[in-house]
Amino acid sequence: MSLSGITAEAAVTWPSNGISEVPFRLYTDPAQYQREQECLFKGPTWNYLCLAVEIAKPGDYVATTVGETAVIVVRGADGAFNAFVNRCAHRGNLLCLERNGSTKEFSCIYHGWTYDLTGQLTGVAFEHGVKRQGGMPPEFRKEEHTLRRLRTAELGGLVFGTFSDETPDLETYLGPDVTRGLLRVMNRTPRLLGRSTQVMPNNWKLYFENVKDTYHASILHLFLTTFRINRLTMPGGIYINREGGNHYSYAKLDYAAEDADYKAAQLRADSEFRLQDNSVVESVDEYGDQVSVQILTIFPGMVLQQVRNTIAVRVVRPRGVDKAELEWIHLGFDTDDEAMTERRLRQGNLIGAAGYISMEDGCVGGFVQRALQYNDDGAGLVMMGGHEAESQMFRASEAAIRGFWKHYRSLMGE
Amino acid sequence: MSMDDPALRHGIHELIAEYADCIDEDRLEAWPDLFADPCRYLVTSRANHEAGLPQGIMYAASRGMLLDRVFSLRRANIFEPHRYRHVVAPIRIKGVQDGVAVVHSQFIAARIMHDGVTSLFATGRYLDRIDIAAVPFRFRERIVVLDSDKIDTLLAIPL
Repeated sequence: MSLSGITAEAAVTWPSNGISEVPFRLYTDPAQYQREQECLFKGPTWNYLCLAVEIAKPGDYVATTVGETAVIVVRGADGAFNAFVNRCAHRGNLLCLERNGSTKEFSCIYHGWTYDLTGQLTGVAFEHGVKRQGGMPPEFRKEEHTLRRLRTAELGGLVFGTFSDETPDLETYLGPDVTRGLLRVMNRTPRLLGRSTQVMPNNWKLYFENVKDTYHASILHLFLTTFRINRLTMPGGIYINREGGNHYSYAKLDYAAEDADYKAAQLRADSEFRLQDNSVVESVDEYGDQVSVQILTIFPGMVLQQVRNTIAVRVVRPRGVDKAELEWIHLGFDTDDEAMTERRLRQGNLIGAAGYISMEDGCVGGFVQRALQYNDDGAGLVMMGGHEAESQMFRASEAAIRGFWKHYRSLMGE
Repeated sequence: MSMDDPALRHGIHELIAEYADCIDEDRLEAWPDLFADPCRYLVTSRANHEAGLPQGIMYAASRGMLLDRVFSLRRANIFEPHRYRHVVAPIRIKGVQDGVAVVHSQFIAARIMHDGVTSLFATGRYLDRIDIAAVPFRFRERIVVLDSDKIDTLLAIPL
């Protein structure tokens, strides 16, 4: 394995073989960060690439990154999802500079080498020289210079890619519970409503753990309690796949009781702590199963959320040991009427960089990162709900975080 | 009122200056009063705006939603104390029709953290539809089109 001169030895020592004590240096060590790029993002994992509807026609493409690695995902002439590194085989230049578009082929601006929609090299400028002088040597074969390809898979309108031949097929990778959770939310054709990116001053893992952390939600995010929104929460739970890295947590809500509670609240005199406009939380049970929150993660960097009627894909992209980007991809569905779209937009205030119940997640990782500055000895504790990473039918637990570390340790060889 | 009426220009300039002043001087409770009710306030990115995508980063469709935003960031949301400094210019009246002025302006906003660290936080355009039928004027619609679709850390205080 090439690690750019950095030794492949584990840079960080774990205090035990367990997953409930996590060394702080995992968030600060540059060598660990390099190893993660190789072992996780380029390893046997499935990474979100784009929505299938973004590349509906042959030649439609999106340029993105898997971890830090630039990749292109393009719809092939045969309708297949093709993905390959965004790096010319000649001198390593970025082939594609636009974020998205439609093309018949990819042509490098530097020396004009061209590639078809499968990443196969098809043209080399002056391959046979000029007036029989120069040119590539006779043994040069274009077919030996295909761009490094990723395997792709699509599920519920989401397109994934993996660099590794070892990665099991997508549904096996997700496990039956997480596959079911994904297909529950993505049960119609998605429609892009908007996107934005939150730049977070912390290691990528602090955000991914935060999403898996069902313990912090009612403590850090005070919006719902401050406005005395009686959540009338009914049972929920956490499903974790066998390897540990994928999960979903959910909670049910008595929608009818909540609606009656609002109406009663409007009549109360102590009005200071009630919303002036309830439309930010007025939701409909669009899945017909009373689940009002479902947070699903796919190792190493994707989140699929349903928070009431807000549907979003979030992608965590590492950008250095103490920086990460979180892209929010807000979705509706092709069956939405105008009222449903407006409902999603109003509830959209709950989530994203300015979200009433999410903005704190943008800063709390930075606070941890700052506390770890030259202060990263020892280990943090993730023992709520035990030491294992098993599915649980309660949520005062850090089981899904332990699941992350279980999968992480196995792929990092730690 | 015609587009050249000095009273029109003055009223619009006052409203836009008062908007930035309410935010930058931490008089956020007065900020919702600058909007008509119902209204439309949307913070979005150039990329979303130009692609015709309706979802931005912050949205209000009524004065009540604006009041809730202020109350939430005062009482519920947790973030490091900070302020903005807006510079708004130039303010251009693009048209007047049926008691509504269409006004475009540009802004930059610096963010000053509580420890003094100052950075360029956002640049963009204000696309306004201003109710000029009565004095003082009120925003019927303010779309804040950010040049970038990246937000550093979080967006708590409106832009």
